[in-house]
Amino acid sequence: MSRTDPTDASSLLTVEGVSKRFGEIEVLRSVDLRVARGEVLAVIGASGSGKTTLLRCLNGLEVPDAGRVAIAGTAVDFSAQPAPRELRALRDRSAMVFQHYHLFPHRSVLENIVEGPVVVQRRPREHVHKEALALLERVGMANRAGAYPHELSGGQQQRVGILRALALRPELLLFDEPTSALDPELVGDVLTLMRDLAAEGWTMLVVTHELQFAREVAQQVAFVDQGRVLEHGTPAQVLRAPREERTRQFVHRLLHPL
Amino acid sequence: MTEIDWDLVLGSLGPIVGGAIRGTIPLAVASFAAGMVFAVVVALMRLYGNRALTIVARLYVSVIRGTPLLVQLFVVFYGLPSLGLTIDPWPSAIIAFSLNVGGYAAEVVRAAILSVPKGQWEAAYMIGMSRRTSLHRVILPQASRVAVPPLSNTFISLVKDTSLASLILVTELFREAQQIAAFSQEFMMLYVEAAIVYWVVCLALSSGQSALERRLDQYVAH
Repeated sequence: MSRTDPTDASSLLTVEGVSKRFGEIEVLRSVDLRVARGEVLAVIGASGSGKTTLLRCLNGLEVPDAGRVAIAGTAVDFSAQPAPRELRALRDRSAMVFQHYHLFPHRSVLENIVEGPVVVQRRPREHVHKEALALLERVGMANRAGAYPHELSGGQQQRVGILRALALRPELLLFDEPTSALDPELVGDVLTLMRDLAAEGWTMLVVTHELQFAREVAQQVAFVDQGRVLEHGTPAQVLRAPREERTRQFVHRLLHPL
Repeated sequence: MTEIDWDLVLGSLGPIVGGAIRGTIPLAVASFAAGMVFAVVVALMRLYGNRALTIVARLYVSVIRGTPLLVQLFVVFYGLPSLGLTIDPWPSAIIAFSLNVGGYAAEVVRAAILSVPKGQWEAAYMIGMSRRTSLHRVILPQASRVAVPPLSNTFISLVKDTSLASLILVTELFREAQQIAAFSQEFMMLYVEAAIVYWVVCLALSSGQSALERRLDQYVAH
């Protein structure tokens, strides 16, 4: 069975008919998505298209008005108001990396990484510390373990944001425009780490404007427009030979901003 | 201009400073500690409570801020006995002062909690925290940095306001000065002396505030 087969029954993430409105505005209109284990899905689209809301619906930061989300066997049906316990169970399956990092400013780099595993997951502190230091080692930041977030560059902060997500040992990694707030010369370090994670087999859903990343790392690309998945396929299909006129325009604008 | 009676100055310094140490300072500390508990509870009621709790919290803040502290003190000490509830001077003072501080500090705490960026809540939820744990581990520590300067003001005001407790028979700094003044008839000298002792206590508190701010600033960008 092909890893990108959208009907793959073994998909790690299943999104069916997810809709969300803020007042009068329909932000998501019956979105369907499937991501297989170990696969990277890049979600592209203009700002305001609903792609960030879609991501936030997957771990309960927004609660959809309708539809169903299942991650690694934990499914929540949003046709009725879900219980907080259900939302927590769904949220435990994924971890998110935010555009603006949202590190805890009153905690050191190491404390940021171990907070979830120790305080929420109640794993043994000593063990978690060792893991966190190994993660920092791997991104070349072991010497920054005791630093506070404001002492780091944006690229370093975002790498800590990614490590904080990894330390939770989630099934699915969610990235919300992880490089959009970074100075251009700092983007590379973050994208390199993300590419390594993909190569290691992490399942990732990445909302991004980095088309080169989408082309080289993702197995699937979804183009979101006005709250719908307008086009969905391999990077070659969506980025090089889009079927839809709006996809073609969007990709063209990103590649030729002038 | 009359001569300063240095013997009286030195002789009265002991009782006045003693009144500060045995009366003013413990009264202020106990009232502030209890008042902060009220403040946090009331702030959380206003921010996250249901409709009834929100109304109770708003009413409390409104009554405390809308009535004089001296009246609040007299209601507790002189008023409640007519309802059959007689409370000694010290507990009366602590009840009135802590309720008063709670009303003012609740607004400070509420504003400080609201000043923490929404992204911090989202990051806390993202790592799996409940609302209670998020507040405790992520939001309140950051809000406390914001709240230190205004709460220091509240505390310094409270230290001076405890002089009102002399009117419900609590032996503290000002009551000691009053008694010596009445006895010696040296009103100007004794009240200026009392003022200086208040000032010294407040200077010490201000430097304590600066030290606390420096300590809390270690994780904030400068």
